[in-house]
Amino acid sequence: MFGRRFHLMILTGVCLLLTSAAPTFAVESALLDELGLSLHGFLDARSGTRLQTDPHQGQASLNEGRLQLDVNRVGDWATLQLRSDFVVDSITEDHDQDFEEGTGIIDLREANLLFSPHSIMDVKLGRQIITWGTGDLLFINDLFPKDWQSFFIGRDEEYLKAPSDAVMVSLFPSFANIDLVYTPRFDSDRYIRGERLSYYNGMLGRRAGQDAVVEVDKPDEWFSDDEWSLRVSRNLAGYEVALYGYSGFWKSPAGMDSETFLATFPALNVYGASLRGSLGSGLFNLETGYYDSRDDRDGNDPFLPNSELRGLVGYERELARDFTGAFQYYVEAMQDYDAYRGNLPDGQPARDEYRQVLTMRLTRRLMNQNLTLSLFTYWSPSDQDGYLRPNVAYKVTDALLVTAGANLFFGSDEYTFFDQFAKNNNIYAGIRYSF
Amino acid sequence: MKKLLILTAIFCSLLSGLSWAEDLSADAIVEKANEASYYAGQDGRAEVSMTITDSSGLERKREFTILRLNTEGKNQKFYTYFKAPADVYKMAYLVWKNVGQDDDRWLWLPALNLKKRIAPGDKRTSFVGSDFFYEDVSGRGTHEDTHELVETTPTQYVIKNVPKDPQSVEFSSYQVWIDKDTFLPRKADYYDANGKLYRQVEALTVETVQGFPTVTVSVAKDLKSGSQTRNEFSKVEYNIGLQDNIFTERFLRRPPREVTR
Repeated sequence: MFGRRFHLMILTGVCLLLTSAAPTFAVESALLDELGLSLHGFLDARSGTRLQTDPHQGQASLNEGRLQLDVNRVGDWATLQLRSDFVVDSITEDHDQDFEEGTGIIDLREANLLFSPHSIMDVKLGRQIITWGTGDLLFINDLFPKDWQSFFIGRDEEYLKAPSDAVMVSLFPSFANIDLVYTPRFDSDRYIRGERLSYYNGMLGRRAGQDAVVEVDKPDEWFSDDEWSLRVSRNLAGYEVALYGYSGFWKSPAGMDSETFLATFPALNVYGASLRGSLGSGLFNLETGYYDSRDDRDGNDPFLPNSELRGLVGYERELARDFTGAFQYYVEAMQDYDAYRGNLPDGQPARDEYRQVLTMRLTRRLMNQNLTLSLFTYWSPSDQDGYLRPNVAYKVTDALLVTAGANLFFGSDEYTFFDQFAKNNNIYAGIRYSF
Repeated sequence: MKKLLILTAIFCSLLSGLSWAEDLSADAIVEKANEASYYAGQDGRAEVSMTITDSSGLERKREFTILRLNTEGKNQKFYTYFKAPADVYKMAYLVWKNVGQDDDRWLWLPALNLKKRIAPGDKRTSFVGSDFFYEDVSGRGTHEDTHELVETTPTQYVIKNVPKDPQSVEFSSYQVWIDKDTFLPRKADYYDANGKLYRQVEALTVETVQGFPTVTVSVAKDLKSGSQTRNEFSKVEYNIGLQDNIFTERFLRRPPREVTR
């Protein structure tokens, strides 16, 4: 209804208003102190454009204004946290308010209560963002929801993690930390479905977007379609060791219903472990996980994913002052590969038995650490594709940050994991005012 | 005559007794200064207000609360909780200082609820973008330089320090003025490879808190770039009974009262 230019004008207006209203926050903070509340947040405006035309998408990849408000109340008995984004997004056509999907004006990030029923136990109940595992933008034992859409279009990297609605019980006996997360209703990834980013559609045999939006049959029963996540961790002589377990579902659509042709989220268990510590003048990490595709343990069903063994080894060190480099090697080893190949429908391109990915992150800080240049690269020697994430961020003042970057996908075959997104290559710029 | 001789003898021995007490070696003075600066009390807490002013006059502020605990030997643990600026609010920096080895460092990212381990870095990297280095906050190993007492004034020791590994640092030497009564360093002048003064750190105000002499205002000046950083320490407390378990993930998720109030 209102064009994107109008939205941008509104946003600029609000930005100017807020910056001029900054002194009044000092007055209001006295009131907040009395109520025992602390209020922080930011105002973020970003815009991005595709670098090529995509027949199934618009030219603009990102055009939004976001206001985040973070309210905390630390009480004697419990801590309350409420963090919500209010978004004006002029690209999306889905304006229905949905707290699960994150569409609509309100994207509720966190709404939880943290309390301690016993001296060695903490409980966090409600909407929260949970992250664990040792990988950098590669996840093996972190089975918490990811927002791939935000990640690919140029929102801040923190938006790759989507909120979980769960209860996390943490126990702290002397021998280890135990974190147990129960999610009563499956929280899937905010996956790519085509209405905003093009993807490879196996049925059509080509890249598709708004012309073929993914329709899913998602497990959504309370308590019967639930997820359990466990981490047991401890520090052993400077090395951080952890064991993980997960029982739930594949987080992004990984299967297909042969009757309805809807994409499904088949059952999944993951068992894993990780190790992190110092090595030489840097840091190393090792992580592994066995993805047990419960409904297709033999690998015979062409509509269900096979089990996989995943592994990761990483090393990070300072290359020079204020210049860090981090490298990772990641592999997905498909189990029952012969059964997979034997049952693969004709014409469908086959995945490799071993999909390998190398990553590199370079971060350079300049000008008293106010300017940050960073590059994160994924490169798959087995798929022959990759994804580059360059970014520049400059803190003009303590409150104002300007940023610009790009999301560049490339490869030789359009059906591989990264190259399928090649029509979504984009550059973006943003400005953020924090308070 | 005999009385005078005896009196002179007593007087001389008294004098020599006094000057013997003053004959501390440079190494001993530096050790005592290190103790006074970084190891006061069993634990400590301070609120720090840091103002960074660049050559154009633009100011940036950092506000954080720092907790310190002395563990075994000379090892320590630090918990730094950021309150300002707004984009680092609730971020925390956890360090387990291991003397003679690399420190274990983590950054708590509140937006992700993630305890991210950071690679050990050059200790002479700027601390949060200020003119103070990480090494100024956590302490430079006393064994890393050779120390020479170049001058003794009525109130101070002046020590010249030369790095044992000149390739690892950007200075060729630095000179420190240490107060005799408190053993707190009051001024440090850093000289580059050409012998030119390029950096100065000064402890402007010293107060006594719970019997411990404490620097409450310090300034670091980068003479090359023209920027300077002023640190003001307030609400300084010692021996508050900090527990070792505060320096763990549990209390990154749930910052203790000692940092939030």
